[in-house]
Amino acid sequence: MTKRLQPHTRALSRRSFLITVGATGIAVAFGGLLQDASGASVAPTVEGSYRPNAWLTIAADGTVTIMSPASEMGQGIMTTLPLLIAEDMDADWHKVRIVQAPSDAEKYGNPGFYGVQLTGGSESTRGYYNMLRLVGAQTRKIILASAAAMLNVPVSELTTEPNRVVHARSGRSLDYGEVAAAGALPDPLPQATDADLKPSDQWRYIGKLTVPRVDVPSKVDGTAIFGIDVQLPDMLYGAVLRAPVQGEQPETIDDAEAKAVPGITHILPLPYGVGIIGETVEATKRAKDLLKIVWTTSSRIRSYTSDRLLEEYRRIGRDLAQTGVSAAAEGDAQTAISKAATLIEVDYMSDHVHHATMEPMNATALVTGDTVEIWAPTQGPTGTQGFAAEVAGTTPDKVKVNTTLLGGGFGRKAEADFIIDAVSLAKAVQGRPVKVIWSREDDVQHGKYRPLEAQHVQVGLDADGNIVGWRHRIVADSIFARTMPQLFESEGGHDSVVTEGAHFNYAVPAHQIEYIRRDNGLDIGFWFGVGVGYTRFGIECVIDEIATAKGVDPVTLRLELLKDQPRARKVIETVAQMAEWDRQRDGRALGIAYSDAFGSHCAEIAEVSLDRETGEIRVHTVWCAVDPGIAVQPRNIEALMITGITGGASHALFEQINIVDGEVQESNFDTYRVIRMSEAPDIKVTVIPTPENPIGGVGQVGLPPIGPAIANAVARLTGGVRLRHYPFLPERVLAALNA
Amino acid sequence: MIAFTINGRAVDLPAAPDTPLLWVIREHLKLTGTKFGCGIAQCGACTVHVDGEPTRSCVTMLQDVAGMEVTTIEGLSPDASHRLQQAWITEQVPQCGYCQSGQIMQAAALLKSNPNPTRDQIVEHMDGNICRCGTYVRIISAIQRAAREA
Repeated sequence: MTKRLQPHTRALSRRSFLITVGATGIAVAFGGLLQDASGASVAPTVEGSYRPNAWLTIAADGTVTIMSPASEMGQGIMTTLPLLIAEDMDADWHKVRIVQAPSDAEKYGNPGFYGVQLTGGSESTRGYYNMLRLVGAQTRKIILASAAAMLNVPVSELTTEPNRVVHARSGRSLDYGEVAAAGALPDPLPQATDADLKPSDQWRYIGKLTVPRVDVPSKVDGTAIFGIDVQLPDMLYGAVLRAPVQGEQPETIDDAEAKAVPGITHILPLPYGVGIIGETVEATKRAKDLLKIVWTTSSRIRSYTSDRLLEEYRRIGRDLAQTGVSAAAEGDAQTAISKAATLIEVDYMSDHVHHATMEPMNATALVTGDTVEIWAPTQGPTGTQGFAAEVAGTTPDKVKVNTTLLGGGFGRKAEADFIIDAVSLAKAVQGRPVKVIWSREDDVQHGKYRPLEAQHVQVGLDADGNIVGWRHRIVADSIFARTMPQLFESEGGHDSVVTEGAHFNYAVPAHQIEYIRRDNGLDIGFWFGVGVGYTRFGIECVIDEIATAKGVDPVTLRLELLKDQPRARKVIETVAQMAEWDRQRDGRALGIAYSDAFGSHCAEIAEVSLDRETGEIRVHTVWCAVDPGIAVQPRNIEALMITGITGGASHALFEQINIVDGEVQESNFDTYRVIRMSEAPDIKVTVIPTPENPIGGVGQVGLPPIGPAIANAVARLTGGVRLRHYPFLPERVLAALNA
Repeated sequence: MIAFTINGRAVDLPAAPDTPLLWVIREHLKLTGTKFGCGIAQCGACTVHVDGEPTRSCVTMLQDVAGMEVTTIEGLSPDASHRLQQAWITEQVPQCGYCQSGQIMQAAALLKSNPNPTRDQIVEHMDGNICRCGTYVRIISAIQRAAREA
């Protein structure tokens, strides 16, 4: 997301450093205390009473327990963020235990992301980075002050080693545990500024390849607790039969057979479906199948047919008389284009895609009077408090959210529909927790899909093939109009997450980006990479189309257009070298694409072959070079690039949600095809840290370049056959080959 | 009542005979390492061993395992010491980790029958297990490492 609050990292509010008693963490995060010889581990609860601030405690045995404020959905954030505190407080990483923070935006909100606990936008490390390092530095100053009093020496004579305060002059030292056991917190607490941060040449943990992820051991032996794994005493199970078309409601409910299923306790109408509560999960599933519902037929979504709408979007994109809102304008692109010697004018499109997180939607809720407790795999604990309070008829402060591990998120688990299910059902059985589990069919058919979109791109070239103007029109519905209406309004109807990535760092003299919203009523949502996932598809393919028109090599053209961008040039040059760009392949070709989205530079080259009989594309190898600025955990960044490339190839090749008359046609992994091992490319990643630059995002960075890299490779393999519609289904490839 | 053995322990359950084994394992026996992914044997997240054979527990009914031996991720080794579990840590395979119990159980069956699989054999054997985080390349590396270090 592009809209960001000003990080208030320079002047940490005194408030966030008050010693609190509320920071007790949650008890369900992990099945047991996990020991890992190579580093920190995760723990269910906070230990120790020496609490310099809301972020950590130190126990008498030297154990440092650090809060992890963001949702761990596979990106490694539960390691990355606590590590930043550990670095500057000079903790011994082997003594660190990590506890998932409770829902408390005041203490744990992301200062760079609306001040709330919401994990998304590749904003967590970027948003928390400076503040958590300052928390670490402040903690170290507090420990030093406590130790100075204990040793009766001036603070200025003290230094630290991992988990130890050293007084070199007297040869004495104190373990952090000894300080915690016997030391008093100084009053007032010392504050930290950037001058207190550890210089990068003294980093012990940031940027090191040797720091493993803390959540990994629990994910190989079944002890990791995801939302769906929550077990509570006296717990009931819930299921919801949802209306087949968004916006419909049950008109008549025949639940005679469903109610007769042994173990079923409640069947209740909901505004969007029918809820079922029972003593076992199998009973709720059986009852759900036996419900006979007549649904209303008045929803406007019944006229939503994705194929037809996409064609309409494409027509609107091409019809320049239809204006939208300006998303960005530099220079006069229209005039420049009208005077151009050559006009490149193309449409790029993408179908709806679904998140299909491996862990289907689920949540557990307990409603007791006006208090609500929730256990859920949520990306947004803060938002969850609000939505749950609304359903339960209480206030957000009465809602406690226990964020479990997430079995994938990709933006889907920033939504509240599965939370609302759990609270709605738990309200009916006050005092007993209810765990609601969606079937995979529920999950696929009731998604918050990435918008259907068409882009119309016009690029004018002068007689020498130089770009004179670039016009980019994006036609789609809005995500923010539903999820952040005030932001959407305040930006004058521009949805900055839908057009995300349309703004680029290529040097063009005039650049115009327009957003044309088509409000067709379907709930659409944040997907992996959100807007960047398709805007860079259009942009990076058009760059190759320009290279072809100009008769220059695509790598050379990008380097020319980025001549003032040394970091961009470096990743492109590196990846070209890795892939041996100039080497001809028999029956295969290479394609390149680059992205500067999320504050990081990433270039990828895909090696593909094509079965011209079937239209099937095979991606053999992908090379990737990425410069994320400060690389907190380089090995994990490599893993995230692998995730982005594999997932990005999956959506470029296979993934598609078709909606006909408001009904989703796909239902499970047999019809919603995702990439499997036999289809996945081999991947080589080079991480190029540049710690002198600001920290970039990494979670979604690997995804945007892979689709256009594949399309560009296919064009080079086939003498110019262009794939301009995600996904590259075999029939679309054959149609393009035969066009 | 249907009796079977799970991770070496004899159990006798009052659940309906046509209850999917997956839900028996997860919600009756509270062994939550085995995951629900699709319910139709398309993703492999629910893979367990039944008498040593990798089996999709979501489409296996309780009555199908009467008198048989079921092994879940919790029973693969007492202390995460199985060479695949160790290789998974060394290669830092998991991202979200949700599919990994099923991946490891599927891989364990492979190494049992074929201690030195080729890359192609690994891919063929593992192709029914989806990883939405796309950790496939690291899964392959981990299986190769476990085979090598056996």
